[in-house]
Amino acid sequence: MELTGSSMVIEALNQESVDVIFGYPGGAVLNIYDEIYKQNYFKHILTRHEQAAIHAADGYARASGKVGVAIVTSGPGFTNAVTGLATAYTDSIPMVVISGQVPTSLIGTDGFQEIDAVGISRPCTKHNYLVRTASELPRILKEAFYIASTGRPGPVLVDIPKDVSAELAEFNYPKEVHMATYKPKIKGNPRQLKKAVEAIKSAEKPLFYVGGGLLASDGVASFRELVAQTHIPVVETLMARGSLRHDDPSLLGMLGMHGTYASNMAMSETDLIIALGARFDDRVTGKLSEFGKNAEIIHVDVDPSSIGKIVDVDYPIVGDLRSVIEDLAPLLKDYEPSSIEEWIKRLENYNKIHPLGYQDSKTTIKPQWVIEKVGQMYKEECVVVTDVGQHQMWTAQFFPFVNKRQLVTSGGLGTMGFGFPAAIGAQKAMQDKIVFNFTGDGSIQMNSQEMMTAVIEKVPVINIILNNNYLGMVRQWQTFFYEDRLSETNLEAQPDFVKLAEAYGAIGYRVDTKEDFEKALTDAVAKKMPCFIDVVVDRDENVLPMVPAGGTLYNMILEYKDQ
Amino acid sequence: MSNTIRRVISVVTVNEHGVLSRIAGLFAGRGYNIESLTVAPIPETEYSHFTIDTEGDKKVLEQIVKQLHKLIPVLRVTEHAGDEYVEKEMALVKLPIAESLSDIDALARSYNGCIANVGEDYIIAMVTDSSSRVRNFLKAIKKYNPKEIARSGVVAIER
Repeated sequence: MELTGSSMVIEALNQESVDVIFGYPGGAVLNIYDEIYKQNYFKHILTRHEQAAIHAADGYARASGKVGVAIVTSGPGFTNAVTGLATAYTDSIPMVVISGQVPTSLIGTDGFQEIDAVGISRPCTKHNYLVRTASELPRILKEAFYIASTGRPGPVLVDIPKDVSAELAEFNYPKEVHMATYKPKIKGNPRQLKKAVEAIKSAEKPLFYVGGGLLASDGVASFRELVAQTHIPVVETLMARGSLRHDDPSLLGMLGMHGTYASNMAMSETDLIIALGARFDDRVTGKLSEFGKNAEIIHVDVDPSSIGKIVDVDYPIVGDLRSVIEDLAPLLKDYEPSSIEEWIKRLENYNKIHPLGYQDSKTTIKPQWVIEKVGQMYKEECVVVTDVGQHQMWTAQFFPFVNKRQLVTSGGLGTMGFGFPAAIGAQKAMQDKIVFNFTGDGSIQMNSQEMMTAVIEKVPVINIILNNNYLGMVRQWQTFFYEDRLSETNLEAQPDFVKLAEAYGAIGYRVDTKEDFEKALTDAVAKKMPCFIDVVVDRDENVLPMVPAGGTLYNMILEYKDQ
Repeated sequence: MSNTIRRVISVVTVNEHGVLSRIAGLFAGRGYNIESLTVAPIPETEYSHFTIDTEGDKKVLEQIVKQLHKLIPVLRVTEHAGDEYVEKEMALVKLPIAESLSDIDALARSYNGCIANVGEDYIIAMVTDSSSRVRNFLKAIKKYNPKEIARSGVVAIER
């Protein structure tokens, strides 16, 4: 059957079972948008900025585990998408992004809205394509979905010139992908597995260190079983929050810069780090020469380049995490949890000495309280999205996560403005869940225009603005490390968020007492409409504990006192 | 602080547009060194052969190989070590005609080369040898007042 390039895109998306795409039209994608207009396969959500379209597709992918799809036009449409691509790339999120390009005859001539999209996106995509003729489009689209969702996932860009989207060619959507050069490894090497098992059995202070790879491989259920079987303590990275239930006795919490005391002490004292789909990020390790100083390291990752990149590894295992965990479990059948009883007690004690906490107040709302409150009321039925900054760390620390994929947050790149559009995507993926976006008064202003999208598409995202009139995280660093010289972090000048919400036809609340917050929250959940809840919180609250950048994990700032 | 090792790496890739910039971009973006890089299609296949002459400590070299592997169009990466491979590189040197033709010829011959051209004003000598020997040749030829030197990258192949 002969189809135009544009129709091929539509048919391919249908064959990939895509049910929603996010995008923004423009000159170079007019042909494709014409076909979108004519089709009934999937829904198109028009965001109000291309960056938001990519974050929305990203949020959809993070919440559902499926490939997120977005479409933008050439030139500025594409450059606006770059932040979104980089955000997804850093956190290994499966996405296919289609961008328009000027007609092939104009490529290289600095044509109107021309930019070298594959050149710009090369370092921030897993792979990218410039489509030369319509005849290669079916293969490229099939490969794009395959590459995005297999191995270590990531975003794939398909750049389609305008004449290619109009060109007719034979359409046979491939059933399978044949790529001699790309074959992700699934099974872990059995000999390596055996060695790792011996190391686990002989370790006195073993520790699971789990990262986002656990979600990507859909290995959470198997991991929970393995933990229940072995009782080996667990620390989670930001990306892996929710791998264990918050009340699982084996969970020590998040580790790293704002990790719990117990997690960071565990990492400092363990004699065997079992790293599962984690990448030893600098926010996790602190000073490298002191990191896991007494430990051997088992590192399981589907991406060989992750292994040995930052730290030397004693037992490298390349493979899909879920497959490896399921192969490990029977080998550890006879594991004796009693052999690490002392270690577990020691860590429990650390948790007792310095539990995660904050000084609550009768007169002001503490941001941590807000997060705990939302958790108390809705933890079983919600998805939690965040922006970037103090509120993000407090959410990671204090929200009582129960499920995998319950937290959607920009971890590696730390993209302010990610939250709201990602929440829209997450809500489209999880229609029966309540979606909260914990955000700050800084972050929300980086994509607040998406309130229009949420209103018109009836996406009831509840944005909880933890408003301290500061760019809080930067303010905290200035207070701690720059003698409180608050350079350009005062955000006292800000819009009236209630009116801003109302201007878009959404609901706005402004609260400065706990009672009012609870009222606003219940009302927002009941109304099922997008809203801003502008919560006036303690201005000077800090995220603690804190390991200063480049510091050692066991030297945490546990409380900050004004000098 | 660390021990820098020189390494010649062969990379076989799908011969498609943009592969060179993927590889060059990888080295630039991650701060790896490229001493030289040569590339040409492998006849009667859809593949190209890159030979990259690079250096770094053990960890960096390991990352270079892994990161190259990670590029989607890369089929195979071979790190050449010891004397398990043959490497050659070539240099062309332009010298004034006033210099002794026979001296230059003798010198070039001892480095697997010859006089490639003699014109009105200049002699062009050519050598093909291992990188270190080409370097030695370029030192030796200095006293004949070379006007211009063009050096290729390394090509290498396993024994």
